[in-house]
Amino acid sequence: MRQMEPKADVLARRSEIVAGLTALLTPSGVICEPTRLKPYETDGLPAYRQIPLAVALPETTGQVADVLAFCHRNGVRVVPRGAGTSLSGGALPMADAVVLGMMRMNRILEIDYPDRLAVVQAGVTNIGITQAVASEGFFYAPDPSSQLACMIGGNVSMNSGGAHCLKYGVTANNLLGLKVVTIEGEILEIGGAHLDANGYDWLGLLTGSEGQLVVVTEVTVRILRSPEGQRAMLVAFPSNEIAGACVDAIISAGIIPVALEFMDRPAIHACEAFAHAGYPLDAEAMLIIEVEGSVAEQDFLLDRIRVICEGFSPMSMRVSQSAEESLAIWKGRKGAFGAVGRISPDYLCMDGTIPTSQLAHVLARITEMSDSYGLKVANIFHAGDGNLHPLIMFDANDPASFHKAETFGADILRLCVEVGGCLTGEHGVGIEKRDLMGVQFSAIELDQQRRIKSAFDPDWLLNPSKVFPLAVAAE
Amino acid sequence: MMRPVQAARVLSTTNLRGITLYSPQELIIAARAGTLLSEIEAALAANGQHLIAEPPDFSALLGNGSAQTLGGIVATNLSGPRRVAWGATRDHVMGVRAVNGHGEVIHSGGRVLKNVTGLDLCKLLTGSHGTLGVITEVTLKVLPAPEAVGTLLLAGLDAARGVAALSAALGSPYGVSGAAFLPADAAALVPELAAAGRSIAIVRIEDFSASVAYRTERLRADLAGFGTPDILDDATSRSLWRAVRDAVPLPAESSSAIWRISVRPSAGPRVLEVLSHQIGARGFLDWGGGLAWIAAAAGTASHEAVERVALAAHGAWTLFRAPDALRAAVAVIPAEAAAMARITRRVKAAFDPGFLLNPGRFYAGL
Repeated sequence: MRQMEPKADVLARRSEIVAGLTALLTPSGVICEPTRLKPYETDGLPAYRQIPLAVALPETTGQVADVLAFCHRNGVRVVPRGAGTSLSGGALPMADAVVLGMMRMNRILEIDYPDRLAVVQAGVTNIGITQAVASEGFFYAPDPSSQLACMIGGNVSMNSGGAHCLKYGVTANNLLGLKVVTIEGEILEIGGAHLDANGYDWLGLLTGSEGQLVVVTEVTVRILRSPEGQRAMLVAFPSNEIAGACVDAIISAGIIPVALEFMDRPAIHACEAFAHAGYPLDAEAMLIIEVEGSVAEQDFLLDRIRVICEGFSPMSMRVSQSAEESLAIWKGRKGAFGAVGRISPDYLCMDGTIPTSQLAHVLARITEMSDSYGLKVANIFHAGDGNLHPLIMFDANDPASFHKAETFGADILRLCVEVGGCLTGEHGVGIEKRDLMGVQFSAIELDQQRRIKSAFDPDWLLNPSKVFPLAVAAE
Repeated sequence: MMRPVQAARVLSTTNLRGITLYSPQELIIAARAGTLLSEIEAALAANGQHLIAEPPDFSALLGNGSAQTLGGIVATNLSGPRRVAWGATRDHVMGVRAVNGHGEVIHSGGRVLKNVTGLDLCKLLTGSHGTLGVITEVTLKVLPAPEAVGTLLLAGLDAARGVAALSAALGSPYGVSGAAFLPADAAALVPELAAAGRSIAIVRIEDFSASVAYRTERLRADLAGFGTPDILDDATSRSLWRAVRDAVPLPAESSSAIWRISVRPSAGPRVLEVLSHQIGARGFLDWGGGLAWIAAAAGTASHEAVERVALAAHGAWTLFRAPDALRAAVAVIPAEAAAMARITRRVKAAFDPGFLLNPGRFYAGL
């Protein structure tokens, strides 16, 4: 994937820049040896690789400010990185860039149950927040699939979602405040421990800005009390159309399940082979529906949903009777990526969003494309919010196969936009979808966004090869 | 609201009318900016849905008597009591179409519920009070309206104990969707509470009927340490929370100024107490204690007291209603730190290089 041309003067001053960083962070805070740089060459999108100039590992906000001010003075590009789990190549290095690794800023600074918030450093993992408050019955709601590894700073930068955002929202809906550092090395406090203040919504703008406006060092998140319990059910249908219509009927009946996951036939088969969760192998489509509340409330909701589903003549229906059975139902879905990985070691995970009414149409079109490209695809879908994850399987040892997979993926995303959706629901644009931005936005709109980036980062030093098509970014 | 604007012309969006898309099963509604909120709410109600952030109606409070529009609510990011649990208006703006200061049409977001494509200009434009662009069309996420509403009411607590009760309720697993504390003089202004003659802490549950019954009973037991809560019926609950939403518990004198102060919830009681003592303020707390509504004599002395108490609590204030002279003379919202203010100026210029749109609305000279 093409990146901005490396700056020759920066490459030429590499040792000088490393020495400057070492003076700020001590030798233990800088990586510059080729063998130790290697793990940083890629992220959750391993198809793209680039060894960076150096890696800086700050431990405090002050050190982040020092590094950024130093890079700004020296015209050095910076790629912020959390756990490196981005599926869109958001943390892909550049040859002339310093990777700013945030993993050493991993402390939880404050937990306040009466005010229902936690203040954590950017390198705390997503699951780490929930683990820190679980003993009091609280949790942090957004739950991306990578939650064991991914860090809250990266979640903020990419506005991560998860399987439960239909009810609890995405990262942006669960934040109160940020501490961030500008490329000039200025430390800014955005928001705080309180809800909305008047003035511009910088918290909203910076969330999901993909490391291109500021570097996040501390995050104040809302924590929520866990529900009394939750339970899942599994329903199988003979066609995607019928499953989609059933989803519409559930929501039209005024029921918002906490999760509503759809899997198509290839996804069902892949997950069942992997997890042995008892998924219906004869079905064309399957829904996992989860509700929350007391046992009586769960019974009430699951019963209503069951009646609605029966109106669509499901092939089978299984209402979990226990927490263990719910876990088993989820096991296949949660292991979906690993399951597909067993069938095909290499796959691209796409991430478009579509109006849910378009599901059957879009899946039919994807099947046609799958046939014409000769590549298999499995579809997993957050059915309540329209976020579609086609997993395109290919062979990385065959460059032609990878190229076909990329083209196939781009066609799917164009289709998502064509039916009224968007390029990315939760993975971010990164480098992967950068060149498709013109499909969703006019030149005027891209220019408007570019001017906002310039307002924060006039020299385009922060993660500059991402999000904006290079022709626009380079202006 | 905000600073008085000195502009040569008024650009009204009143004639941009009409719902352009409503897909109940996709939880999405879109309408042009001048569409009356009442029209949108009626369309939603016909399908058993509602606006999640419960936008308030401040026409009486502001004395302008004008009907609210979708564009106005989004441009001001106003949210009601449900904000504490379900997010602000800005959290539910899925798409925006606007015209920037170049006269260019820009859109951000779309008509789907999950979208991280490009910078989130929906959030930046929401609450920007028309200073970055003229919003012409908005797409909102909506949800099913609850089947039933119930309220627990605790009388006679002081503010600190009242907010502690609200925190206990909000920290319960029962999905509390409203939590407010009204001192006795504020409660006396609300018809549903006037008979109590004491301070009132109220907690709302919205859900299916059986869940409301179950959850209010569980909460009543959980809150036993604060007294024995009364439980209000559905109809009383709905009108009571509408009154809280519209700031009815504030004194009616139109000569007083009104502030909104956002703090961490546990700091709310201190804000009320200090301002009552220092400037004779009256008010109440919404959002579990995190939003203090304050009414006091309009003047710089009052405003400075509000600034001091908000800063001491690491919170933020808005001078919400005041004569033009006061709104022009003071910082109606906190000034930004110098480094942020530089960026703000550049972002403003990125939308509106001629500084034509609502000049000076937030900050003098911007």
